[in-house]
Amino acid sequence: MSNASEKSQGAGLVPAEKLIFEQTTPGACAVSLPVADVPPADLRKVIPQELLAEAPPPLPEIGEQDLVRHYTRLAHRLFSVDGNFYPLGSCTMKYNPKVNERVAALPGFTGLHPLQPEADSQGILELLYQLRYFLAEIAGLAEATLQPCAGAHGEMTGVMIINAYHRSRGEDRPKVLTPDTAHGTNPATCTVCGRFAISVASRPDGRVDLDDLRKKVDEQTAALMITNPNTAGLFDPQIADIAEILHAKGALLYLDGANMNAILGIARPGDFGVDVMHYNTHKTFSTPHGCGGPGAGPVAVREGLQEFLPGPQVVRREDGTYGWAWPGPRSIGRVRSFYGQIGVLIRAYAYIRALGPEGLRQVSEKAVLSANYLAARLREHYRFPFAPPYAHEFIMVPEFREHGVTELDVAKRLIDFAIHPPTMSWPVAHCLMIEPTETESLRTLDGFAETMIRIAEEARTTPEILHHAPHTMPVERLDEVTAARKPDLCWRESTEPAEAADNT
Amino acid sequence: MNPAPADRKYSKTHEWFKVDGDVVTIGISQFAADELTDITFVDLPKPGTQIVAGQPFGEIESVKATSALYSAVGGEVIEANAALADQPELVNQSPFDEGWMIKVRVSDPSPLEGLMDATAYNAMIQE
Repeated sequence: MSNASEKSQGAGLVPAEKLIFEQTTPGACAVSLPVADVPPADLRKVIPQELLAEAPPPLPEIGEQDLVRHYTRLAHRLFSVDGNFYPLGSCTMKYNPKVNERVAALPGFTGLHPLQPEADSQGILELLYQLRYFLAEIAGLAEATLQPCAGAHGEMTGVMIINAYHRSRGEDRPKVLTPDTAHGTNPATCTVCGRFAISVASRPDGRVDLDDLRKKVDEQTAALMITNPNTAGLFDPQIADIAEILHAKGALLYLDGANMNAILGIARPGDFGVDVMHYNTHKTFSTPHGCGGPGAGPVAVREGLQEFLPGPQVVRREDGTYGWAWPGPRSIGRVRSFYGQIGVLIRAYAYIRALGPEGLRQVSEKAVLSANYLAARLREHYRFPFAPPYAHEFIMVPEFREHGVTELDVAKRLIDFAIHPPTMSWPVAHCLMIEPTETESLRTLDGFAETMIRIAEEARTTPEILHHAPHTMPVERLDEVTAARKPDLCWRESTEPAEAADNT
Repeated sequence: MNPAPADRKYSKTHEWFKVDGDVVTIGISQFAADELTDITFVDLPKPGTQIVAGQPFGEIESVKATSALYSAVGGEVIEANAALADQPELVNQSPFDEGWMIKVRVSDPSPLEGLMDATAYNAMIQE
């Protein structure tokens, strides 16, 4: 197995990288501290005996250049939309135009302080005021808040508004319905907001089962949280009927705006009966995917629900200046310190202004076209559990079980072709969920289709290639099962001689 | 794949329920274990916990997914399978036997009547 041992050393331009702890040279240091100009204190006198360690902690000792190289090499391994195709379904990994970054970095924005007087910050206030108006208009709803700092935070804000609305009518409705294709955050949001999530069945074609919905909606139901198009990439044309069924019982319709990239400028949620919705600015308006932040999840509401929005809100005064004001005594209050994730909101504003109404419509038209083009190219090679047309993403199942090949093997093999694996195994068992977005060229889409067709061929003829993929990384397939069952997350100094460790 | 044994009942969510007097043992089927793939963690209620019919009583996590475990019956948990804490793989290896999850003293066994027998369950997973 000489190949395997070469692999474990890493290959060519992607060499194996040791932990910084393993690169230590006793005595080396990346900083030169100035000579102390105060007398040194004796640690044993200033720190209680019981808190003193017997030896200094085993911190890495490394020179500046080696330190920089270590982190630079790691940085080069980052996989991003700026480097390669990233068709991660449900996540809308679209290109983030660089002009957004330039705008957000303008010193007039970056130098602002949140406690600056209103008179000194009219520019950002006007921007936020306009962005709120744009988001309400795109939603077909009356008003929006920019405070929530992530999609799930937007969901929570939305359900708090729904709770406040029902309470204002003297009702406390404990149930929230979620279709069985819902994002996991939807039922989680319900629980956080003190509601019970109840699942509504889908029909075999992936749309909501209206009979099941009718059975479950009652006067105890606060709302239905729906994603449309749903997580299987299917638009539910019954949406206006769904709204009617809910409204007849006094319940509200909440739209999880995760898939707004499919309907921008084509359909407005307010027009199909939605009462409250959130956006994910990173999915729809090309703000960066922040790996946990910072993000923004603005919430829009229909006429009649504005008074429950969080505050303060930017307002335009009669003299044309902008300032902060509270929506009123029924506001759910602040959901975040200060005014939201301003840097992210500036990027979303720049994106909307750069594209305009026609451009935003083209975003969705191209996103939908790209997804359906890919689906058509792959139809004969993978199983499609739902019939086309699809929205901005689609689900397909690698059917190679007789060759022992699973969706995981296909996903891992894609890494060898420098393509980020798609979302797997959800919301349909064994599926891949593919979302190309509107920003990929035909050349990239064709390259991906040809790669997927090649992998399908490999699955039938040389499945062992897939079982061990990826082959081009510093390490081959990791043992994820043992890693999950017996996680070992702490580095410990090896007790074996360093030379022996180097030779393995 | 191990066929579903005939000595117990099955739910649509792939749990099995084996009755012994007023104690019901609950686990998941081989089909469910296979679909989840390698199971890495099982979160079970402590003995003494009251569980509610139709509600989740625990969670099962695999390298692929996290799923809720549902009970068709309510009652008091009298024992949880402690071996699963260190060996969650028992659910993959022996879902109908060593991979059992909890034993519940049931107050009302009637919901079990609405569940599938092994024949009906095997037919469902063939679909």
